Amino acid sequence: MGEPISQLTERDPSPMAESLRRFDATERVLHWVTAIDVLTLIVTGAILYFPSFSVRVGRRLLIENIHTLTGIFALVPLVVAMWGRWGAMVRSDVVRLTTLDQREWRWFDRTRRMKLELGKFNPGQKLNAIFSTAGLVVLLATGLVLRFPNPFPLPIRQGATFVHDWFAFAVGLLVFGHIGFAFFHPRSLWSMLSGRIDRHWAEMHAPAWVRELDRNEAKVE
Amino acid sequence: MTGKNGEVNESVEHAETPSEPKRIGRRLFLSVIGLGVVGVALGPGLSNIESKFLNIFSKKPGTGLASLLPGASQFRIYSVTNTIPIVANDAYRLRVGGLVRVPRTLTLADLMNMPATSLVKDFQCVTGWRVPNVHWKGVMLRDLLDAVGVEPGAKAVEFASFDGEYTESLTLAEARRADVIIAYEMLGAPVTPEHGGPVRLYVAPMYGYKSAKWLKSITLVRAGVPGFWERNGYDVEGWIGRSNGRTDQPVD
Repeated sequence: MGEPISQLTERDPSPMAESLRRFDATERVLHWVTAIDVLTLIVTGAILYFPSFSVRVGRRLLIENIHTLTGIFALVPLVVAMWGRWGAMVRSDVVRLTTLDQREWRWFDRTRRMKLELGKFNPGQKLNAIFSTAGLVVLLATGLVLRFPNPFPLPIRQGATFVHDWFAFAVGLLVFGHIGFAFFHPRSLWSMLSGRIDRHWAEMHAPAWVRELDRNEAKVE
Repeated sequence: MTGKNGEVNESVEHAETPSEPKRIGRRLFLSVIGLGVVGVALGPGLSNIESKFLNIFSKKPGTGLASLLPGASQFRIYSVTNTIPIVANDAYRLRVGGLVRVPRTLTLADLMNMPATSLVKDFQCVTGWRVPNVHWKGVMLRDLLDAVGVEPGAKAVEFASFDGEYTESLTLAEARRADVIIAYEMLGAPVTPEHGGPVRLYVAPMYGYKSAKWLKSITLVRAGVPGFWERNGYDVEGWIGRSNGRTDQPVD
């Protein structure tokens, strides 16, 4: 893709110009708590899985316990954030992220991408959100089988081992891809810290969202 | 990628205000969960196929493609205690006792001075992974048993690890097989601490949990007591492909 940086700097002399609220406090806390949790899972998982790490680090029981506890906790922030009155924006963004129009598949075809007017999230972000959340659910379920195997017959344990390995690999790729894109789009990354994004960026990357915000503002006035 | 039905509707392009927005996100979410469930159901079979497929590409275990992908063709290090026990070669002792005529305590050098046996055989774990063509070298257990002299009453052999927890056992007949060795070399080099060095058991025809690591003692007894994993659900008779509900190809 590639951010048209020259355009941004030309047309955006004062970054403080007009900014839009992209993420509220609940969403930012949710994002960063989950981020720390998932990174902990990746590090401890790697220590448990790769022999060269296991041998160097030792303390297998401690690492296992950290991995288990952070794994069980991983989806708790999402559930809590969606639950209460503090979760209005989370809930509306979950709806946005899980609403994929069939036409949006076109976004993955670069030559046809430009014709699509995007909303708050692009189809890549939507798929990432859906796949990594579902992946975490599967990892949690299979992880519990691995950690507490006694009630389960052997074939289930073996299947759970297989799925846990492959899903960890896949979700790991998603996470590293996500981090890579974040560093590639520093404004977007910054908005996950500050909560705000400048209008010009939004008009370029999320035009349908900007029109929606304007419409709502007009209604209020 | 095109739309699911290959449909093209160039006139309407607003993604968030489409005529018929479909929440296919929910379908995708459930598909991933479903993939996980199917994976658990088919996992044992799939991991076998994966191992065989990867073995085509990597002749040496733990190298190439196989070492990058999860699920197959590399050793995973399992230990039942907190840390991996380390004993220096010079300090290593193997006690052979119980129902024997001459109990002995052997050093690593003692073992190396005995007639050596080399095997090139797969290592098959009961959780599914298999490492092909592992080079093993050591002393045949039956040579060791002959050296100490087995008393008539002895019917089984028990093994204990110097990790202080792990135990295993074989019947005397199993212990006398030519593919059961006390290994001090593995993967073409001295057995490393994570693989159970300096000396471990290798029981070729049985699942990996029978091949006790960090071998401390060999005791001849009248009846073997189930080992660590066998008290946690695995079969005492751990034949590859004929136990634990698995159908892996035997190691010949």
